[in-house]
Amino acid sequence: MTEKILVIPCSGIGKPFGTIGRDATFRVVDELRPGKAETNCLSLLVMGDEEATRQVKNSRCIAVDGCPLECAGKNIEIAGGNVAAHIRVMDLLRENRGLKPREATFLDEDGEKLSGLLAERIAAKVDELLEEQR
Amino acid sequence: MNIKPKVGVISCSGECCSLGTLSRVATRMILEGVRPGTVTLCLPLFLAGDSGEREFAQRFPTIPVDGCHKQCAKKAIEKYSGPTAVDVDVEVLLGEWGAEPPASRRVLGEDDIKLAERVAMEIAKRIDWVQSEQDA
Repeated sequence: MTEKILVIPCSGIGKPFGTIGRDATFRVVDELRPGKAETNCLSLLVMGDEEATRQVKNSRCIAVDGCPLECAGKNIEIAGGNVAAHIRVMDLLRENRGLKPREATFLDEDGEKLSGLLAERIAAKVDELLEEQR
Repeated sequence: MNIKPKVGVISCSGECCSLGTLSRVATRMILEGVRPGTVTLCLPLFLAGDSGEREFAQRFPTIPVDGCHKQCAKKAIEKYSGPTAVDVDVEVLLGEWGAEPPASRRVLGEDDIKLAERVAMEIAKRIDWVQSEQDA
């Protein structure tokens, strides 16, 4: 197993929830936990790219899904990866009913808030998984 | 009344680099105003085996919008639904225009948004061409 935690969002394009998961993932890998977490293209993985498949098989993965179809989690498992944690945007939305994201291209204020909250949750999970590895 | 034939657009998920973000934003711009009658398909759902998404791409012309030369969206359509008549490779377009990819994959600046609008116009040209071929 590699040291870094692999965070893979679904990047769903039809509604704001996929954008929130994607945005939060970038916050984690580029800003909150650089060097501790990384991401890769979900589509590359599912298309059977050798390097992406090797990476997912050798990493502990966090799947970030925007809708109940759970494409990220399912596709990681199909590729033979280990979903160590599954984070769902809809759970966060239920916990923050006052926030109503509407924009999917560029997040609006509520979408940005949810992305920030989600990023904190993912970052905490990254820390937890790294701690378990020690 | 002239009813335009349906056309689908699939953007790569492109989490690896900012070109994926550009593809995705340009695709969203198509839906939100450039060609609002267009249907977007979710690539992860398409790849996960959703029969509705794959059936759509079998029945209607669907244009892949790929951020990089690996062309996951194009390969996915051709693998599961059939050949594509046209495609958009954002990496190639930026090369032709001498444009730099966005510095961030999360936040696009003003110039990046203009670049996304330019990519959206390229997608629109292909949509128009596909629809004109269907009309003919």
